[in-house]
Amino acid sequence: MDDGTYVTVQPLIEFVDVACSYGGPAVIDHVNFAVHPGEFIGVVGPSGSGKTTVLRTLLGAVRPVHGEIRTSTKDLPMAYVPQVETVDWNFPVTVTEVVTMSRGTRPWRAAARNAERREVAELLDRLGIGDLGDRQIRQLSGGQQQRVFLARALAQRPRLVVLDEPTSGVDVRTRHEVLHVLADLNAEGIAIVLTTHDLNGLAAHLPRILCFNKTVIADGAPAEVLTSEVLEATYGAPMDVLIHGGMPVVLESTPQLAPPIPIRREMLG
Amino acid sequence: MTLAIDLTQPLSYAFFQRGLIVALIAGALCGLIGVFVVLRNMSYIGHGLSHAVFGGAAVAAVVGFSFFVGAGLWGLASGLLIGWVARKRIIGADAAIGVITTGSFAFGLALQARFGQASRNIEAVLFGNVLGVFTSDIWAVVGVSVIALLAVVLLYRRLLFATFDPEVAGVSGVSVTWMETVLMVLLSATILVTVRVVGVLLISALLVLPAVCARMLTNSFRKMLWVAPILGACFGGVGMYLSWFVDVPSGAVIILVGTAAFTVIYAAVGLGRRRQLASLSFH
Repeated sequence: MDDGTYVTVQPLIEFVDVACSYGGPAVIDHVNFAVHPGEFIGVVGPSGSGKTTVLRTLLGAVRPVHGEIRTSTKDLPMAYVPQVETVDWNFPVTVTEVVTMSRGTRPWRAAARNAERREVAELLDRLGIGDLGDRQIRQLSGGQQQRVFLARALAQRPRLVVLDEPTSGVDVRTRHEVLHVLADLNAEGIAIVLTTHDLNGLAAHLPRILCFNKTVIADGAPAEVLTSEVLEATYGAPMDVLIHGGMPVVLESTPQLAPPIPIRREMLG
Repeated sequence: MTLAIDLTQPLSYAFFQRGLIVALIAGALCGLIGVFVVLRNMSYIGHGLSHAVFGGAAVAAVVGFSFFVGAGLWGLASGLLIGWVARKRIIGADAAIGVITTGSFAFGLALQARFGQASRNIEAVLFGNVLGVFTSDIWAVVGVSVIALLAVVLLYRRLLFATFDPEVAGVSGVSVTWMETVLMVLLSATILVTVRVVGVLLISALLVLPAVCARMLTNSFRKMLWVAPILGACFGGVGMYLSWFVDVPSGAVIILVGTAAFTVIYAAVGLGRRRQLASLSFH
């Protein structure tokens, strides 16, 4: 700032030397990071590295066995968006029913019910699915299903939205759709933390990445953390990184195969 | 009108009136609770609990105790035992249900064979005897229906959330364990008060048939909660009348009516889908 003073923004939530376990050895250990208001963070790492445990700990579903989790307010409004495969899409619910199920008891008074109906309609419009309120959820595309989950999360008026693999198993177009919707929500001031395996399609587009493998290996902007060294430390396998148009592009190294056995004439008979 | 006379004729008997009232309400109650049973894949638990209740009913009949107290306590103990064995994880929950409930059922059969004088009451539980219901049975089924209706109305969104997506419901402040407990208590109470209508051997069908029929007719959870009880009551009412005229045990006829409705709806829905596919392929 011009007058030389700095304003310290208090984190929404902060992990201080956190370790978690499910009864056995620690699944995540010595985890330190903070999520500030309006941040957009991607957590990347191999399968089994503890990414989902980090999300579950953020949400309060897993309690740390060591360390501390500090929140800005006692009841920080958070919402969770799971992977779309985790529910039965044949379940007989409409889009509106899915969105309102997270709102607690149905209002008894007609005025409150109408206000809620309007709010949900606006929410669906905002996410581009305003005309799908009465549709059964099975009749939606992958991108629309993801938006329904997002609408349900936003209906809880969160300050932080946590998403587990929001682009897993979706095509390129849906991935773009999801990324755009998330960027719009983030622009409105909602902090977002997501996990992803998609380094080039998603993580490289985010302002901040946490490379994770049982602990935070690196934390920063994609250009800073998506390097061969960091990725090898995170994934345990060599990975090359190119810079294309100012953005890092991760290339998976081809495994070294055994040289072909030379065929001798006598082997052919 | 001959038909009108025929339909009102059984209503001149008080036992038929009582039976009809119980069959209508029991059908509606099973339809309502059945929606959760079907959507949560709890059919096997319903089937098992009804068998467990039979052991308690047999003990109550032999000792001369109230059916509701004997069968209720026995059912509760079986439920807790199933939960305890399943938590130990030495065997799976389905195996625990299989062992404990069939053991309880076999115990009931043994008591029935050994103490002949009580076997009439026990048989009523086994096969259902809707024409032999007492006024206390009507009050019991009405009481449980009112409680179930209140629970579903008051906890509607929480029950739906915990059924559709328990993981997210849990982190969104819904106590999934509490919701599951509420449903288990309602299911046990429903079985307890309706088991004498259709019998242990057929109760799980009355829990499943209205709900699966409703599922085929609508894609909305809210509508399912209306349609399934209406269908259940229809199965109960139509089954009672048919059982009177064809002189076949009412429990069996109620379930056969439900099965026939299921077959018709299944065929109609299948035909509709085939037509839809055919129209898609031509246009």
